[in-house]
Amino acid sequence: MALSTLNGIRMAGLAACVPKKVVSNRDYNWIKEKEREQLIKTIGVETRRVASKGVTTADLCVVAAEKLLTDLNWDRSEVDLLVFVSQSRDYLVPTTACIVQDRLRLPHSCVAFDVGMGCSGYVYGLSVVGSMMQAGHFRKALLMVGDISTLTTHYRDKSTYPLFGDVGTVTALEFDPTAGPMYFNLQTDGSGYKALMIKDGGARNGLSRQSFDVKKVSDGIYRSRMNLELDGVEVFNFTLREVVPNIKKLLTYSNQTLGDTDWVVFHQANRLINETLRKMLKIDPAKVPYSIKEFGNTSGASVPLTLLVALQDALRQNRNKLLLSAFGVGLSWGSALLETNTLCVPDLLEVD
Amino acid sequence: MITVEDFITKIEAEFDELEPGKLKPESKFRDMFDWNSINALVLIAMVKTEYDVTITADDLVKAKTVNDVFETVKSRV
Repeated sequence: MALSTLNGIRMAGLAACVPKKVVSNRDYNWIKEKEREQLIKTIGVETRRVASKGVTTADLCVVAAEKLLTDLNWDRSEVDLLVFVSQSRDYLVPTTACIVQDRLRLPHSCVAFDVGMGCSGYVYGLSVVGSMMQAGHFRKALLMVGDISTLTTHYRDKSTYPLFGDVGTVTALEFDPTAGPMYFNLQTDGSGYKALMIKDGGARNGLSRQSFDVKKVSDGIYRSRMNLELDGVEVFNFTLREVVPNIKKLLTYSNQTLGDTDWVVFHQANRLINETLRKMLKIDPAKVPYSIKEFGNTSGASVPLTLLVALQDALRQNRNKLLLSAFGVGLSWGSALLETNTLCVPDLLEVD
Repeated sequence: MITVEDFITKIEAEFDELEPGKLKPESKFRDMFDWNSINALVLIAMVKTEYDVTITADDLVKAKTVNDVFETVKSRV
């Protein structure tokens, strides 16, 4: 049972940067109006941010990190750890975190590496960063989580194209012996790895001319083997099966109840999934913020983006007990329970 | 004890395009309205929330009528 507790790690702040370009699903003419309206209502995505060609996740994360480091007034030489959680790295080789370490002028004493995870990435990232900090007596750390998902979806695939948006986020964590505990419950079921995947371009299948051939899969769904494919019903049922028990175990382990939390922030998978989870757990809608309407499903970064756009004032001013739950590609899922206190949360940043 | 009438009422509540009273146990899903994967997700979500029962994509492919889906749900309650 991958339950764990971290002590002495304080979340200091978080920032996010999105591309300026807004794409509306009302303009998605690949499907008819009736289906489009049903999709917007049920899946809950009205608009999405889409990165320009050549803009990478790391670019967005670096803009967010520059702003956060400045606002926190952090001494860069004290940043001992940088973790970049993403499925859209700059190059196949080398590790994106190394390039980012240099761009941010972080010291050579800084540990930097990538974690290749998607939807569940934020809770995994917090656990990885917090655990290393605790074991190594690190002072300060940056956790970058983001994805440019719009690069891999095909316009003629109605099951993916209208769903995803792009964002890069950064969360600052620091050693603080007075910080309260963070609790985690992380899980995996790799038997479902085909439910969300890009088949070609990796070592298993390599890359060929055929990798780019666009084929019809079913009505309204065309894609190549280099496009993201998503088995919606499979992911849906996995989520409804696993997420509630995962959260309940975390609450039992930490000896807390849902009533003790101020906010429950879910990965923004789609509105129907999230509302079903909320009803299953009987949580008041006022405690469950969303960002999916304006930003779509933003992969691993959806939890920090939702924290920023929906809870910025609360996070800046007060103590907040947060339950975070994220689930998806892998299949991988997890939850975290932590308390924040007057975070540094700069306004959402934008780049061309 | 769950009934097919109750099941139909719950389906009608989820799908705006269904006129109340039009859906019958013997109605075929695909004849009643534009059947697509979003409708399937809405139905799966309703069944999970209301009955705490999981129905799969396979179940929905095999089921022809409202009653077929109801019998699947009933057998798993």
